[in-house]
Amino acid sequence: MPTPLPVRQPAIEGWFTQDGGAPRLLGSRCTACGTIFFPKETFACRNPECGSDTLDEIPLSRHGTLWSFTDNRYPPPPPFVASDPFEPYAIAAVELAAEKMVVLGQVAKGVTTEQLAVGMEMELIIEALFEDESGIHEIWKWRPA
Amino acid sequence: MSHEVAVLGAGMHPWGKWGRNFVEYGVHAARAALAEAGLAWTDVQFLAGGDTMRNGYPGYVAGASIAQALGWSGAQVASTYGACATGAQAIDVARARILAGLCDVALVVGADTTPKGFFAPTGGVRQQDPDWLRFRLLGATNPVYFGLYARRRMALYGATPADFAKVKVKNARHGLGNPNARYRKAVREDDVAASPVVSDPLRLLDICATSDGGAAVVLTSLAFARRHTTQPVRLAGVSAVTPRYPNTVIEMPNFATDSAVGVSLPDVPFRDSIARGAYEQAGLGPEDLDLAEVYDLSTALELDWYENIGLCKPGGAEQMLRDGATTLGGRIPVNASGGLASFGEAVPAQAIAQVCELTWQLRGRAEARQVEGARVGLAVNQGLFGHGSSLLLRT
Ligand SMILES: [Zn+2]
Repeated sequence: MPTPLPVRQPAIEGWFTQDGGAPRLLGSRCTACGTIFFPKETFACRNPECGSDTLDEIPLSRHGTLWSFTDNRYPPPPPFVASDPFEPYAIAAVELAAEKMVVLGQVAKGVTTEQLAVGMEMELIIEALFEDESGIHEIWKWRPA
Repeated sequence: MSHEVAVLGAGMHPWGKWGRNFVEYGVHAARAALAEAGLAWTDVQFLAGGDTMRNGYPGYVAGASIAQALGWSGAQVASTYGACATGAQAIDVARARILAGLCDVALVVGADTTPKGFFAPTGGVRQQDPDWLRFRLLGATNPVYFGLYARRRMALYGATPADFAKVKVKNARHGLGNPNARYRKAVREDDVAASPVVSDPLRLLDICATSDGGAAVVLTSLAFARRHTTQPVRLAGVSAVTPRYPNTVIEMPNFATDSAVGVSLPDVPFRDSIARGAYEQAGLGPEDLDLAEVYDLSTALELDWYENIGLCKPGGAEQMLRDGATTLGGRIPVNASGGLASFGEAVPAQAIAQVCELTWQLRGRAEARQVEGARVGLAVNQGLFGHGSSLLLRT
């Protein structure tokens, strides 16, 4: 009997989507002042001049420029689920032009800091964060476009 | 100035990895501060404790835990928490009570016992807590954020890992003669370069350790101080400020910055606003400083602070460092105490420890690390979740 494929599930609900093909982060936009939040604000706009409590979900841009980057050479502590043996991975801060904000994310598996430079164009992907008995837990990541 | 109070005494428990109860460090520091002030614990009318998140319930009620250990005296108490800015908040509360005329003598104490390794969030599964989520979803440790800032400095201003190493060499040298420092060992640039990378471009010796330690100050009204000393050190500014929306720099423990869509940027970015609050209260500016204690969580971050507190224009910090302007004997020594590079971080004690150092410097009692003729000193610090911390002291 063939081994069933592991179940793929988001590591967190409602922060990103792959519906309709290309992966997108899901933010929220205030219907009154237009400012944008990631992760979503659900109950009130945080612009102190605004005070609205009506926010719409919006997908964020899939592309941005690399604001800065670093990596983890040592396994972070729990609740991070570190691979064993630990494989260092890069982390990116990516500036989204339309949203005028910077969003963090891990960098795609196998891409090291030597391959990154501030100002590069980056794109969003969905990749495994970790795997356990309940399946593969997926997360958004950035990779050079 | 009507908003000033006096720092009548300062005391510390040496930083280290002692593994004992944080209350013990707090009591040790409190007794040292009281002795320096020439006061007894029973003279204290108000105790402000800086909370620690890593020592269970006694840590959340640090004021009472320390008051009980000193012996219940009926003093009024408050316990505050603002991450690394905890001490500034506690000092601010004590200052406000004195200025309101509610008391003459206040004691402020912060102490911590830290676990080994990376700071981690508290346990359980908490999907609403950004501090838990940043570890869970990104593995974004504190050094990850420090690494992002360091790399950004390199890209914007041409900073190099050698510049970062120079900060460590300087602060290690300053800390050599500080009896309260945890690390009292000279470091060479080669040592930094030979230490392992933790979060590129930062190496182990670029990043501050986590330490045990305790610090305390006795604050009094100026009138009370004048009856006890001829030369009180004055606390002339306390800034425990929050950001203005939108804060467009990525901050711990966030996943993203605020968005600048639909809103205008504040006149002063958050990190520049921290010291500005203290300067404005004191009626002084960066040109008046004789020394500064800045929060060198990483070597690279110390360079950011030079600019944030107005010592130089953005991009000028590396030149200041290379010129020796921020070394003891230079124009404006930074982290004469040895900084976090020599101490490691004992969160609720750290802002108070900065005030201890400035107090001793302004009294001319800093021995081998004395800044000659020091009359005005600034401390600056920042706690995660949007806590600014800056204190300005003058003779
Ligand atoms: Zn709004």
